[in-house]
Parts: sequence; C-alpha cells; structure tokens
Amino acid sequence: MRFTRGIKDGLPIALGYMPVAFAYAIRAVDQGFPVWFPILISASNFTGTGQFIGTDLIYAGASLAVLFSTMLIINIRYALMSISLSQKMGGGFPLWQRILISFGVTDENYAVAIRQPNKLSFPYLMGLMCCSFSGWLGGTVLGAGLSSLLASVLTGETGSVFYEIIMSAFNISLYAMFVAIVIPPSRDDKHVLLLVLMSVGLSCIFYFVPLLQKLPEGLEIIICSIVCTVIIALLFPHPLEEQNLEQSKNPAFSSEAQPNDQTLTSQSDTSDQNDGKGGAA
Amino acid sequence: MTLFDMLIGCAIMFGVTYICKAVGLLFVKKQIRNTFIQSFLYYLPYSVLAVMVFPSILFSTSFIWSGIAGTVVALILSLFRKGLLIVSLSSILTVFLVETCLTFFV
Repeated sequence: MRFTRGIKDGLPIALGYMPVAFAYAIRAVDQGFPVWFPILISASNFTGTGQFIGTDLIYAGASLAVLFSTMLIINIRYALMSISLSQKMGGGFPLWQRILISFGVTDENYAVAIRQPNKLSFPYLMGLMCCSFSGWLGGTVLGAGLSSLLASVLTGETGSVFYEIIMSAFNISLYAMFVAIVIPPSRDDKHVLLLVLMSVGLSCIFYFVPLLQKLPEGLEIIICSIVCTVIIALLFPHPLEEQNLEQSKNPAFSSEAQPNDQTLTSQSDTSDQNDGKGGAA
Repeated sequence: MTLFDMLIGCAIMFGVTYICKAVGLLFVKKQIRNTFIQSFLYYLPYSVLAVMVFPSILFSTSFIWSGIAGTVVALILSLFRKGLLIVSLSSILTVFLVETCLTFFV
C-alpha cells in the first residue's frame, strides 16, 4: 500500500471535487466574500457540506452558537468514519500520523480507504488524501480567481446576463452532489429510503410553514435530522458489521505498518483493480 | 460581514470540523458496542443531507423552473448510480441551458 497507489486511488476523487470546490468558491465570492475567504476555508476545513452550510450561515449573519451547533451536527458523521478508520489502521500509527490523517477524513476518502482489503498504511493514506486535497484546494483557487475574471470579461448587457446565469447554474452543483450521495444507498436500504423521505417531509414543513420560518438559520437542519434519525435508529437498529471487529482483534492486521508494506502491496494489487473507479461515487 | 465575523466563523468551522474528524482516530481505539449509537451515527448523514437538499435545491437557482429541471436531472442520474462528477456537471449544464432559454427565448 504505497504512496503512489494512494495517489492513483485519489485521482477520481480529486476530479469529482474540482467542480464542487469551484462552485463553492464562485458562490462565496458571489455572496460578497473576499477572494481569499473561500480559499482559507477550503485549506483549513476540507469538507464539502460543512463549508457550504457554514459559509451560508456566516453570510446570513447567524449567531456563533447556531454556527457551532450546525457544524457539529453536519460533521458528526466524520466521528463515525474516524472511529471506523481507526479500527482498520491498528495500533502501529504514532500520534503525529493520526493528527495528519484526521485532517483528510472526508466522505469520499473514507469510502475508498475503507474498501481496501488490507490494513491501511500511512504512505497510502497520505497519497490518497494529498491527491484529493489538491483537487479540492485547486478547484477553490480556480473558482475564486475565475469568478472575478468572469465578472470583468462578461461586461455589457448580454455579458452580465450570462454572468448571472453561470453563477446561478453553479449554485445547484453542491445540492446535486448531495443527491448523488443520498440516492444510491436509498435504493439499497429501504430504511435509509424511509429516513430520507421523512427528513424531506419534515424539512418541507419547516420551509413552508410561516411560523417555523422564523427559527434561526440552520436550526431546522438540526431539529429535523435528529428527530428523524432517532426515530429510524430506534425502529430499525443498524449495528456495525462484525467484520470490523474481527479485523481489529486479529494480530495479523494490527502489527506495525511500515515493514509490511511490500508484502501488503503485492497481495493487494490483484484484488484492488476495481477500487479506483468508485472513488467519486 | 466584518473581517472579524469571517475570521471567527472560519475558526469555529475549522475547530468543529477537525474535532469531529479526529475524535475517532485519536481517542476511540476500541469498538463502540451500543447498538443505538451505532445506528444513529449510521443513519444521521443521510438525514442531514436530505434535509439540506430539499426543498432548498428547487430555489437554489435564479428561476424555479431551472431549479426543478436541475433537480430532476440529478435525481434520475443518481438513480442510475452515476458518480458525483457526472451528476453535478449535468445539473449545472441543465440549469445553464434552461436559464439561457428562459432569458433569451421566452
């Protein structure tokens, strides 16, 4: 599990990230943020959903308490992924490596890493995360730079109309990405489908009922998602797979990472052929 | 938005995001046994995303019709399990085409 394999697996993720990060930056600049702001957020946060919502909240002038709790509720899923990754890494990682890897935990990096048949190594994770992070940061820089360029090129009446249309079109990009994350698992698991339908229903009530519209920005996300998730989690428990447990107990999987790299790589090369293409899915 | 609002907002976003990402890797090296917590953490992301997307996606663009068109395209493509890149680019293109038509030909 070498660095170069990580880079290879990270490429489809980086390609998927670029238009989303691009759209994020364009949207932020369009809202009136200075060009450096989306770049700073992308460089420090490295999370699609959270950045998108957090920036909207700052734009809307939400209170710091609402910003804090909304970020917590949106990002709490990373805690689960982080726990799950930790199980798959074993005990051979020193603290500084864990601190670095933590920064790169995203939905897509997690999905690719957790599918690897062997125990994860530090060089592999670094390759994966550096590659996808470059896509994320690069897309943001491009978006922030081009949005001011676009505004200066597309002048005059027709030009400014096209500028508006392009900004409007990029606004839907992140929502479309979320649809692409939610729909496939809803097809596979009818409990997830039920949860999604409930969440959408409750969200619509909060969106359209006048009295509820007065709630602070972002609060409806917390209320709707916690209520729906608690109900579904109580009705249809979904324990983690036993496989993770066995792997973490098995001494063969929890020995130190570096010396085994060569053998792990040669074993995994045969079974890993289909891993790269699913990266952005 | 003052400079202070932006910097303190960014600091909060970074702090919360990083703590969530790091908590498992740094502190939880044993498996969580509680089935309810496992289930809650498994289901939560789908609910959060669903709440954020609907109905806001319909009103995310300049015209309701382009929002609806983009939503329908995203739904259909993700039902066929297309990746994030394809779904997202197709939605953008759909909105662009619909708004161009609405602006110049209607």
